[in-house]
Amino acid sequence: MNILVCVKQVPDARDVRLDPVTNTLAREGVESIMNPYDRHALEEAVAIKEQQGGTVTVITMGPPQAEVVLRDAIACGADEGVLVSDRAFAGADTWATSYTLARAAQTLGSFDLILCGKQAIDGDTAQVGPGLACRLKLPFAACVQKTRTVTTDSIEVERMMDDGFDVIRLPLPALMTVVKDINEPRVASLKGKMKAKKAEIRRYTAAEIGADPQCIGLAGSPTKVVRVFSPEARGDRRVFSGSIDEQVDQLVECLRAHL
Amino acid sequence: MDYFFTEQQQMIIDTAREIANEKIIPVRAELDEKNQFPREILQDIAKADLFSIFVPEEYGGFGGGCYEIVLALEELARGCVGVATSFAASALGIFPVILAGTEEQKQKYLPDIASGARWAAFGLTEANAGSDAGGIRTTAVQDGDDWVLNGTKQWITNGGESEIYSIVALTDPSKGARGASIFVVEDGDPGFSYGKKEDKMGIRSSATRELILKDCRIPKDRLVGKRGTGFITVMKTLDMSRPGIASLGIGLAQAALDEAVTYAKQRVQFGKPIISFQAVQHILADMAVQLEAGRALVYAAARHIDSHPKDMSKVSSMCKVFATDMAMKVTTDAVQVLGGYGYMREYPVEKMMRDAKILQIYEGTNQIQRNVIGQELNKEYS
Amino acid sequence: MLIIDKDKCTACGICESSCAFAAIAVEGDCAVVGDSCTLCGACVENCPTGALAIETAAKREQHDLGDYSGVMVFAEYRHGDIAPVSFELLGIGRKLADRRGVKLSAVLPGGRVAGYSGDLIAAGADIVYLAEHPELEQFREDSYAAVLEQVIRERKPEVVLAGATAIGRSVIPYVATAINAGLTADCTKLEIRESDGALLQTRPAFGGNIMATIECPSTRPQMATVRPKVMAPAVPDPNRTGEVISVELPAQALRSAMVVLESVVNKEDQVNIQEVETLVAGGRGLDNEKGFRLIRELAGELGGAVAASRAAVDSGWIPYPHQVGQTGKTVSPKLYIACGISGAVQHMVGMQSAEIIVAINRDDKAPIFDIATYGVVGDLYEVVPRLIKRLQEIKK
Repeated sequence: MNILVCVKQVPDARDVRLDPVTNTLAREGVESIMNPYDRHALEEAVAIKEQQGGTVTVITMGPPQAEVVLRDAIACGADEGVLVSDRAFAGADTWATSYTLARAAQTLGSFDLILCGKQAIDGDTAQVGPGLACRLKLPFAACVQKTRTVTTDSIEVERMMDDGFDVIRLPLPALMTVVKDINEPRVASLKGKMKAKKAEIRRYTAAEIGADPQCIGLAGSPTKVVRVFSPEARGDRRVFSGSIDEQVDQLVECLRAHL
Repeated sequence: MDYFFTEQQQMIIDTAREIANEKIIPVRAELDEKNQFPREILQDIAKADLFSIFVPEEYGGFGGGCYEIVLALEELARGCVGVATSFAASALGIFPVILAGTEEQKQKYLPDIASGARWAAFGLTEANAGSDAGGIRTTAVQDGDDWVLNGTKQWITNGGESEIYSIVALTDPSKGARGASIFVVEDGDPGFSYGKKEDKMGIRSSATRELILKDCRIPKDRLVGKRGTGFITVMKTLDMSRPGIASLGIGLAQAALDEAVTYAKQRVQFGKPIISFQAVQHILADMAVQLEAGRALVYAAARHIDSHPKDMSKVSSMCKVFATDMAMKVTTDAVQVLGGYGYMREYPVEKMMRDAKILQIYEGTNQIQRNVIGQELNKEYS
Repeated sequence: MLIIDKDKCTACGICESSCAFAAIAVEGDCAVVGDSCTLCGACVENCPTGALAIETAAKREQHDLGDYSGVMVFAEYRHGDIAPVSFELLGIGRKLADRRGVKLSAVLPGGRVAGYSGDLIAAGADIVYLAEHPELEQFREDSYAAVLEQVIRERKPEVVLAGATAIGRSVIPYVATAINAGLTADCTKLEIRESDGALLQTRPAFGGNIMATIECPSTRPQMATVRPKVMAPAVPDPNRTGEVISVELPAQALRSAMVVLESVVNKEDQVNIQEVETLVAGGRGLDNEKGFRLIRELAGELGGAVAASRAAVDSGWIPYPHQVGQTGKTVSPKLYIACGISGAVQHMVGMQSAEIIVAINRDDKAPIFDIATYGVVGDLYEVVPRLIKRLQEIKK
């Protein structure tokens, strides 16, 4: 079973704040990490590999320093890391990102299973996984909470729904995105870390994956960010006063502004 | 403070820290409350290759020394001393084989210890042989190609959970301490069973149990080292392992200091965070000073032991005494800083204080350590 | 490419501090951009001298924007009901359509769903595209995508809205990719820009720490998923009339590669509190088990789930899977309402990354107020019923 895992390097979202005075992003002390959902996708891939045999390839689209998350993934059990990196990819939205990843995946060869985290914590869009499935014409399941059985030609999973879950069977090759419930990711082993240090990372540029310049990066993105701002009343902590009724009214007013 | 670790040492520290943060801290209170052995965590530790750090490279290990063990244990103990003790006990249990075992014994046991497939335990203490280890009564008698062991070991860490036990027994009772030998007894050996499981004040996630040897018959190749050299190996083993216990104190004290400072910054009394009061600052400052002094001593002792394998008793005892007395003091102070909250189970410092106490007692009480130091001084100045 | 005008750059460093990716730095007397630039535009926005600009080189082939008209909503059906978010979408969809002077339509795929067309029309739809087929009985990404793709290609709406539900967030990105449309996830605000009628879509990013407004300048339809419970639901008017148009698809297009073997509806205790967006939590201040009835009621009103402090779980008022904190689960919902929870550090580490924290507590000195976005000081048994009542009033 050859498995491809898509990972993303993200700023640790817990630390990202807009400075309320200057309205700029305060990035001091913000660490770059492997998107937490992707860590669960990786663990699932490695667990399936350990059970079924095969290989786990990890791919990321990002700047050269995103190589770190690929080495991290290798330390956690992946066999190979692929960095898809080109200045031309900058500014990609989910449409252009899924295009780029699809081109890279096709360049790498064929996979029985592609795993992605449910979403990345910087954008929270949860769109790249399904988009990638569309481009590769693969059956897919989003938000998988459990892998029940894996055979050489199908996979049976629990797909999380808002009110419970569906048990579904997908023919392979297929793609799935996973939620955190699916497993407990392992801590990278010492042997893994040593392997990761020495590992050769494969690199692809836009040209090497045969990407159409009109479909990548900012130019290829149908959505454009026109404004970035702090959520209203963010950081404006308020403990209300007055009668219970007055306080509840104030609370409801504030919540309405947020929601 | 920068201790100038090698890249490999830093890797060990990082890995153990991740285990503590990801796997231990989220469940430590529950394990403590339920008296539950951390089987899954030890498996995580095994998957992360940490069991291999004290095993020589030729047997599938990393070939680390005392220093590497100390660094790993410190981080694990920052999470939970009970879990760290279970890990340390496996190292302690296999040291006799590493130090004195035959090539066949090493081939047989060390790769499994390195991979974490099997865990070890050390069986020395008996009901009437604690600080006076020479008072053990367990015997081993040769019978044809076998040894037959009889006796009861008490308070054995990892008892009932490990597969491999280093058992100290008298092969020549008339010779006293010079008549002791070490044997490997395996889980499932005929006549080998487990007795009472102890309900402890602290390190409650670790298993502490009686080992019962009743006409326990084992093949003769289970004898570790030469007959009659058991206590020499025991002393070497404990000299190697005491800095590990010291490092449990370091990790524990670090955790207590972290909790105390974090709390002192958050807790507001008289309109100010209590860390702004000098009375609190001084407690915290003393905690930090003692901790760093202890850490520096333990690291220095571990490095000394790794490079002077024949001269280690005194430094080994010194670091154990200092670091564990310090841990008791620092955890007690942490409870004081947290005040009433510190005394409640809801906060972790209460457990830390309970866990600290055992460090002054096991692997040689701190009084026995002082005896060792005193005797060494007496020798040095003769 | 990020273009830096060296003449205008004053090396003030504001761009440096505005970049979340550490991609731009002042070197010497001018800013220099590095490889980690994602062209997010934060620095351009903040540059006081206008020295920065984003140059977009190649333009993709443009859709003929004028061909697209109307607002379309994906009406989601599951387990015997139309999802409430569909009515919220019709509410906002109606406003957007009226603003643009166009029609509002709903696409309704399912096994036997014709009976719901009237509800959608009453809630504001002018047209219901009804896709009834046995293959659509269960939600399967590929066959639902086939329906949506065909309807959108045929009808060419300028705006397509769907709920940011498990179903919506799964199938809609697939459809948007297939038809080369821009899609914005989890919008909390949708507006029409006066000047050109473009849809401005506002959504939180970085775990809600910043907001971003997004548009699709050159593609149609403009697609968005909308968070449930954010938009007010349409007020149904049973006298409204509308048209129901059957969507005919060849059976082959509907045939799915997937098999749904089972569809399980969770009991309350199986809800994973780490995956829901709204949590109402009860603590020691509830005083007894019955207090959780009130907590459940409020959670139900907000479409959220119930959480608890360790004190409440230890008292046996609610089972362990609901526990938040050091020895329970770590959660980061959009909204966390702590009722009668004083805020022990042990609890706070489990919920402090919630986007909005509301604390309801008698003791105005309770530490929970230190991390609360909003605090209500008072007896929760007075506050919560009043809050439920106000929320119900708003819904009407």
